[in-house]
Amino acid sequence: MLSRVADSLYWMSRYLERSENTVRQLDVTLSLLLDTSSTTAETRWLRLLAALGNPPGLTWTGDPDELTRTLIFDPVQPSSVTSCINLARENARQVREEISSEQWQRVNRLYHHIRSPQAQNQFRSNMNDFLATIIDGIHLFKGVSDTTMIHGEGWQFIRLGRYLERAYATATLLEVYQESLLNLPEREHSGYQYLELVGLLRCCTSFEAYCQVYTADLTPDRILEFLVLNRDFPHALRYSIDGVRQSLDAIQRTGGRRPPEELLATAGRLHSMLRYTTIEEILDGSPGRFLHSIREQCLRIHELIYRYYIHYSIQSALAV
Amino acid sequence: MSAQEPVSLDNLPSRNQADSTSARMERDLSSLFGDYLLDDAYDEMRTQDGAIRPHYRALMETIANLPPDELLRRKQSADLSFLTQGITFTVYGREEGTERIFPYDLLPRLISADEWDRIEHGLTQRITALNHFLRDIYSEEKILRDRIIPRDLVYSCKHYRRQMRGLDVPRGVYIAVVGSDLLRLRTGEYVVLEDNLRVPSGVSYMLTNRRVMKRTFPKLFHSYGVKPIEHYPQLLLNTLRSLAPEGRPEPNIVLLTPGVYNSAYFEHTYLARQMGIDLVEGRDLVTHDNIVYMRTTDGLKRVDVIYRRVDDDFSDPLIFRADSTLGCAGLFNAYRAGNVTVTNAFGTGLADDKAMYAYVPRIIKYYLDEDPILNNVETYLLTEDASRQHVLDNLDKLVVKAVGESGGYGMLIGPQSTAKQREEFRAAIEANPRNYIAQPTLDFSRAPCLFGNHIEPRHVDLRPYILFGDKVNIVPGGLTRVALEKGSLVVNSSQGGGSKDTWVLESQGEAVQFSE
Repeated sequence: MLSRVADSLYWMSRYLERSENTVRQLDVTLSLLLDTSSTTAETRWLRLLAALGNPPGLTWTGDPDELTRTLIFDPVQPSSVTSCINLARENARQVREEISSEQWQRVNRLYHHIRSPQAQNQFRSNMNDFLATIIDGIHLFKGVSDTTMIHGEGWQFIRLGRYLERAYATATLLEVYQESLLNLPEREHSGYQYLELVGLLRCCTSFEAYCQVYTADLTPDRILEFLVLNRDFPHALRYSIDGVRQSLDAIQRTGGRRPPEELLATAGRLHSMLRYTTIEEILDGSPGRFLHSIREQCLRIHELIYRYYIHYSIQSALAV
Repeated sequence: MSAQEPVSLDNLPSRNQADSTSARMERDLSSLFGDYLLDDAYDEMRTQDGAIRPHYRALMETIANLPPDELLRRKQSADLSFLTQGITFTVYGREEGTERIFPYDLLPRLISADEWDRIEHGLTQRITALNHFLRDIYSEEKILRDRIIPRDLVYSCKHYRRQMRGLDVPRGVYIAVVGSDLLRLRTGEYVVLEDNLRVPSGVSYMLTNRRVMKRTFPKLFHSYGVKPIEHYPQLLLNTLRSLAPEGRPEPNIVLLTPGVYNSAYFEHTYLARQMGIDLVEGRDLVTHDNIVYMRTTDGLKRVDVIYRRVDDDFSDPLIFRADSTLGCAGLFNAYRAGNVTVTNAFGTGLADDKAMYAYVPRIIKYYLDEDPILNNVETYLLTEDASRQHVLDNLDKLVVKAVGESGGYGMLIGPQSTAKQREEFRAAIEANPRNYIAQPTLDFSRAPCLFGNHIEPRHVDLRPYILFGDKVNIVPGGLTRVALEKGSLVVNSSQGGGSKDTWVLESQGEAVQFSE
C-alpha cells in the first residue's frame, strides 16, 4: 500500500474517532449540568476542556452556549467537531480509490449534514438529537468500514488510527478525572456523586457494560479498573492497545520487509504493562503518572509508525 | 406504425389505454413543449416541420405520462445521488472550496445504431492515422519529406517534444486514450471539431451519468435497448496492460494524478478504483537507476505502466518545467530506457494542435489512402493564398482563431465583430498567416433538455472515448456536453455547460412505448 494512502486512512480514522469523543464528552457535560450539584458549571467546562487535551485557542469565557457552538461548529478551531469531520473527509477524498463507496458516502453525508441548515435548527431546538445524529453518522461509518472493506492493510491502518486515538483520549480523560474520582469520600454515595460516576462511564459509553461486570455498585477503583484493564470492553485502555498491537502485527504480516523492531517492542511493552498490572498496584503507586506514561507511549508509537511506514528515507528502503 | 414516419405533436398515436389518458398526454406534451422553438440548427429530437423523430418518441411519451412533480422528484433524487457520491467539482476562489455537482440534464441524448456505426468507423480511422502521424514525425518524418505538411508548422508547435525523437514507444502506440469532440451540422452530419490527444477527461461523468440514469428511468432504459458502456474501465486496464514493457508479465499499473486540487481529481480516483490500480501522485514516485518506484508501507515497489493524467510540462522537472512539483524527477529517462511505459506518450499534443487539425484529412489520406469518414469542420489555412484571400474577403462571416491560444482568447467572431477588430485581424493575418486559422461560424445541433417542468432545446456536442492498445476500442456513446444557457454555444463546464447521458441504441430506435 502507498505510504501516502496509509497515512490518509490512518488520519481519516483518527479524526472521526476524535470527533466522536468530543461529541460524547460534550453530551455528558451538558446532561450533568442539568442537575444542581456541588460541582460548579465552571469546573465542569474546564474539566471538559482538559479532558479534550486543552486544545489551543479554546478557553472558558463563562458563556456555555458560545463554547458549545465553538466546540461543534467553528471551522477555524482545529479541534471542533466540524473541523475534525472536514479533515476526515479531506483525507478520505485523497484515498477515494482505496475505501469503499459506502464509506465515502457515509463520511460525505456526515460532512454535508453538519454544515446544513437542518443541523443548525436541530442544534437550537434539540441538542440531544443533534449530538446523537452525529454519533450515529460516525457509527454508521465504522459499521460500513467493517462490512464493506477488505480487511487488508488499509483496514488495519484505519483500525490502528481508531484505537490509538481512542487509547490516547481515554488516558487523557482518566488522567483529568482520576484525582477528583479517587478523592471521593469512601462509600458515601449521595445521588450527585452517583451521577458523577455515571457521567464518567458514559464518557466512554461504558455504563451498561460496567454494570454487567460489576453490577450497578459504582466505586472509583472498580471504574478505573474497568476503563484501564478490562480485556473485553472496546473503550478500555487495554482493549484499545490490544487493537493497536493486533493491527501492527497484521500490517507487518502483509509485507515482506524487515520487522519494525522498535515499533513492535514499544507496542508490546505497553500491552504487557496493561496486561499484567493490577488495579491495586496502580492505586498504590501514582495513578496520574501511570496514565500519563500511557499517553506518552501512545505518542511514541505514533512516531514510530511514521518512521517505519510513512516517512522512511529512500536510502534505507533501497538498502533492504 | 412505421419507424420512418415521424409523428406530429398534434397527432400523437393513441395507445391502448383510455381516451382520457391520451387526451391528457396531448395536453401534457404541449405544456411540456411550451416554447420549444426550432431554428436553423439540426434538432436531435424534432424534424424541421416539428414532428418528433421516431427514436425520440418513446422517451417523450414516457415523460408526458409521468404524474405531475414526478419529474421534479426524480431530478432531486438524482441530484442527491450525485452529491452523496461526491461527483462534484470544486469552484475555486471561495473559502475552503465550494463543491458543486457537475450540472447534468435528465433527458438522455439518443443515437441510433447506424449513426453510431459511422462515428465508430470514422474515429477508428482518424485515430489510427493520427498515431501513424506521431510515429512518423518522431522517427522518419516521411510526411515532411513528401511535403504534405510544412516542416516549420511541426517544429514551431509548442507541444512538439524534441526529446521524443528516435524513441521507440511500446507497440508504437502514442495515443492510447483519446477523446474527440464531435458536432452535428445543420445537415445532420457529424464532424470532428477537435481531438484531445493529451489528457482527455470526462469519461467518469459518462459512466456515472449512466449509473444515475439507469436508476432514474429503469424501465425506459430497458425498453430502449441501450448498448452498454460500463466495461470502459476494464477496457482501459487491458489497454494499459497491453503496453507494459517487455519482460514484465504482471505489470504494476498506476494512475498518476496531479492531486486532490485538480478539477478532474474525482475522475482520477474513480478510474483507479474501477480498475483496481493505485492512484499515485508525483511525491509517491522515486526513480533510481532509471527504474521508477512508488513508496509503499512495504518499502519501494517497481512501477511498470503509468497512465498519466499530468501534462507533459509538469511530468518531470529534470526534462520539462523545472518548477513543477507534480511530476517525478527522472521519469523521462526511465521512460527512454524502456523501463516504464508512460501513456499517453509525451509530445502527442503536436497532433491536436489547431493548425495541424486542418491537415488531418490529408494525414488520413497519406497514411491510410482513404477518404475521411468523419469530416473536419471546414478550416481555412491562411498560409494558402486562395484560402487567405477568401477569408480576408469574408472576415465578417467567419471565426478566426490564433493556433497557439485556447479558451476563447485570440479569436475573432466575424458576425459579432466591429470593423476595427476586423482590420486588426486583417493586419495580423497578413503579417503572420501561419499563426491563424479560420472556420465558418458553427451552427451545431440541439437536443431537448429539461428545465423545471418543461422542455427546451439546447446546443450539444459529443465526446466519445477511444482506447488504443492492441486495437482501437470505442465504448458506444460518450459524454454529451450541453450548453445549458439559452442560445449559448459554449459547452465547457467552467462556463455554464453541463452533460447528459448518451444512449446508443441497439436498433434504429423503434423502442416499445413503455410507461415508467
